[in-house]
Amino acid sequence: MMRTINFTLNGQPVSTAIEPHRNLVELLQRFDLFGARESCGQGLCGCCTVLVDDMAVSGCLYFAVWVDGKSVTTVEHLDAEGSLSVVQQAFIDCGAFQCGFCTPGFVLMTHQLLKAYPNPSDDDIRHYLSGNLCRCAAYPEIIEAVKLAARR
Amino acid sequence: MNQVGRDIPRLEVRAKVTGRADYTHNLRLPGMLYGKVFRATVPHGRIRCIETGAARAVPGVQCVVTGEDIRKLIAEPYYGPAFHDQPILALDKVRHVGEPVAVVLASDPHVAEHAAQLIDAEYQELPAVYDEVAAMQPDIVVHDMLKPAGTFADLKHLKGRTGTNIALDFHLRRGDVDAALARAERVIEHTFKTQQCLHLAFEPFVAVADPGDGVLTIHTSNQTPSFVRTEIARLFGWPENRVRVKVPYLGGGFGAKVYVKLEALVSALALLVRRPVKIALTMEEQFYMITKHPTTFRIKSGVGKDGRVVARACEVYWNGGAYADIGPRVTQKSGFTAPGPYDIENINIDSYALYTNRTPAGALRGFGIPQLVWAYESHTDLIARELGIDPIDFRRKNILHQNRPQASGTPMTDAAIAKVLDAIAARLAWNKKLDRGSGTVRRGRGVAIGFKASISPTTSVAIVNVAADGSTTLYTSTVDMGQGSDTAFAQIAAEVLDFKAEDIRIVHPDTDVTPYDMGTLGSRSLFHMGNAVRLAAEDARAKLQALAAQAGLPEGTNYPPAEVFKKRFGMQAGNVIGAASFVPTYKSPDAQTGLSDNVTPFWMVGGAGAEVEVDTETGDVRVLRLVNAVDCGKPINPGVARTQLSGAAIMQLGFTLSEAMQLDAGQVTNASLADYKIPGIRDVPPMENELVEAEQHTGPFGAKGLGESGTFGVSPAIANAIHDAVGVRIMELPITAEVVFRALRAQQGRPLEDA
Repeated sequence: MMRTINFTLNGQPVSTAIEPHRNLVELLQRFDLFGARESCGQGLCGCCTVLVDDMAVSGCLYFAVWVDGKSVTTVEHLDAEGSLSVVQQAFIDCGAFQCGFCTPGFVLMTHQLLKAYPNPSDDDIRHYLSGNLCRCAAYPEIIEAVKLAARR
Repeated sequence: MNQVGRDIPRLEVRAKVTGRADYTHNLRLPGMLYGKVFRATVPHGRIRCIETGAARAVPGVQCVVTGEDIRKLIAEPYYGPAFHDQPILALDKVRHVGEPVAVVLASDPHVAEHAAQLIDAEYQELPAVYDEVAAMQPDIVVHDMLKPAGTFADLKHLKGRTGTNIALDFHLRRGDVDAALARAERVIEHTFKTQQCLHLAFEPFVAVADPGDGVLTIHTSNQTPSFVRTEIARLFGWPENRVRVKVPYLGGGFGAKVYVKLEALVSALALLVRRPVKIALTMEEQFYMITKHPTTFRIKSGVGKDGRVVARACEVYWNGGAYADIGPRVTQKSGFTAPGPYDIENINIDSYALYTNRTPAGALRGFGIPQLVWAYESHTDLIARELGIDPIDFRRKNILHQNRPQASGTPMTDAAIAKVLDAIAARLAWNKKLDRGSGTVRRGRGVAIGFKASISPTTSVAIVNVAADGSTTLYTSTVDMGQGSDTAFAQIAAEVLDFKAEDIRIVHPDTDVTPYDMGTLGSRSLFHMGNAVRLAAEDARAKLQALAAQAGLPEGTNYPPAEVFKKRFGMQAGNVIGAASFVPTYKSPDAQTGLSDNVTPFWMVGGAGAEVEVDTETGDVRVLRLVNAVDCGKPINPGVARTQLSGAAIMQLGFTLSEAMQLDAGQVTNASLADYKIPGIRDVPPMENELVEAEQHTGPFGAKGLGESGTFGVSPAIANAIHDAVGVRIMELPITAEVVFRALRAQQGRPLEDA
């Protein structure tokens, strides 16, 4: 049943044995990474967003074994150098979250958004982030944060 | 004053953007078992048998627990804040689809989930009642006997009552409504309804119980740690000090996570198996835990020639679902505000909490107020239209001014109702003509204002601990779920002690460490705990001054605390502990009239204005502009306050335009984010949020709560704007395109057939 997978996790090569039915969120929990959170379980809320080979995926729908040979980046890696990323700082400066449960997903998705659209319009932001939900509804502040991060 | 009123970022921002913030969701303990709940599939039925053999046989299953197993541990395993009506696991009967019937425990959550699907239960099905008005008749009775908790005086008369679904009837009588209606120039009556919807916090309900050795520890995503401790201790017949409740950050609460939810279940399971037990619900399961009351509100007003409302009769029916939860409190504590923020001489209120066979209903961001405002502000708009008076003028003519008695008889002190209305009218440029559109796209605008009494009487206790180097720690049982309470309290304590708010550390609720608080609910924390923190900090300041005197320092010298400690103790040693309780005065409503001249320590006021565009070919409603205004007194942190206002308004926008639990024979048919539509980033209209200039003189530095105030006016403002745009009146939430299109077709005399 167990399958051994090798992958890069936040810049470090790692190896583990895991059952094929486990998802990526469960895999990350084994490495004590809790920033990706399973919430809706259907890939609709974005709380479980993780970057796999620099592409955002829903960790709750992505089988753990699929990361074999790939590179996985989680929100915990963004301040690996000791300072917050521009996006993280912009989220703080704009008050772009309340409970914080969905925030890692929004932050990671915004990193990808700014790669695709360095100077995004409101429409670009709304379209790109429409797969992330925030029940505290910090959306106006999130849009401001994305624009602030783009300016910086 | 330099700490209060500052726009500092919340204290926990770094932990939240890095994904390292601590939630119960993350917690795993050594030896921990995962529980998966097996739930009722019928809305009302007697349990014939529960077949658990196949589940027990699954490799990796530790055990399967049913209500009868719980009864061996706890003779009376029923809990609830108002009624002891909810069994930890179903006993004898099930009363709603999704009610917990059994739990499978396993080390692997997937094993528990698989095994739970192998459980089979047989029920003798009973007829079910879903509608709140139908439940007034005792044809179908959800509970054989009422069991009020005994802590509330106004529930005592219900003890032991049989043959009824009425879990509380609240009545208020002021003046002579019948006579005033008979004399009135016009009498206008409407019935409004609201739907069942729910909180859907993104950290679904989760709790972990660790049986320990003599002390049970509960880690939980809960807004009321002190209540959980008291209630769990009561269930086990223990002193409170054998139960420890710890709450880290919450991934959303909104009123869902108040009182006992999963805590009794995980505690009983942990004690049965003597291992830590975690239960984490899925998003789907949240639809079977707690919801917002559906309501029917019949409202009748008598109006004089001068456009003054002379009498109002309110009948409100609250659909509480299968278990009372806090519904009876909603029925009374919000019920007495049912006539709206208007100065009306003659008032009758009849407010009923009803049991039905639906998922229980409790508190959701407003404690019943949004349902009431929906009705009275739609009604107010309709009266103004019928009288041909501008809706803002009509409101101004009838509004409650400073110190005038509200329906209950309590004066409206520090309630900036007129200012909130004026702020909305000004931002909408109400005096200017609106471009009303043409052809198939029509525009309109509407306003609505509402108010709320804070829940009373309640207690908050705070401790401020100044260490020997002067660094300070604050202990409270207030739960920070993103509303910014940690930061606000740090600002208040820092203001008193002349420290910097960012330097104060907050200890999160841990009932072994942090003192009592009634709960983080009803926008009560900033006022109640804020006052307790202010008093505790003043106590610490006085003790620091006393310490300075003991150290021989001349009075009035401004030595930093670290030097005072050093002088007094000869080294970096000692503590100064400031502590304080805050409990406002309160007078219970009179048993006969429902009146009281001191029913709340403060009033919340909120309102909204909306401009909408309606597509007459599709019924689609676009909100072009949403203006929100509240009286929050003097804000402690204006930036955080504005995000609270904005977030509340967007949440209410979901309850207005899209969110509704669909039921089929008691089963929720849209229990997922795919089918139950909450607002996303593309649904946010252009918004303006205003904190009107006001002061709560009894609040900490003039402040009061506002977490709910932004919800009050949104729904009726939009319905009023739709009426203004296309002349149809929507009487029931949510206002979907289909609802509007049906109303338009009915208006044209070409009604659509029912689906």
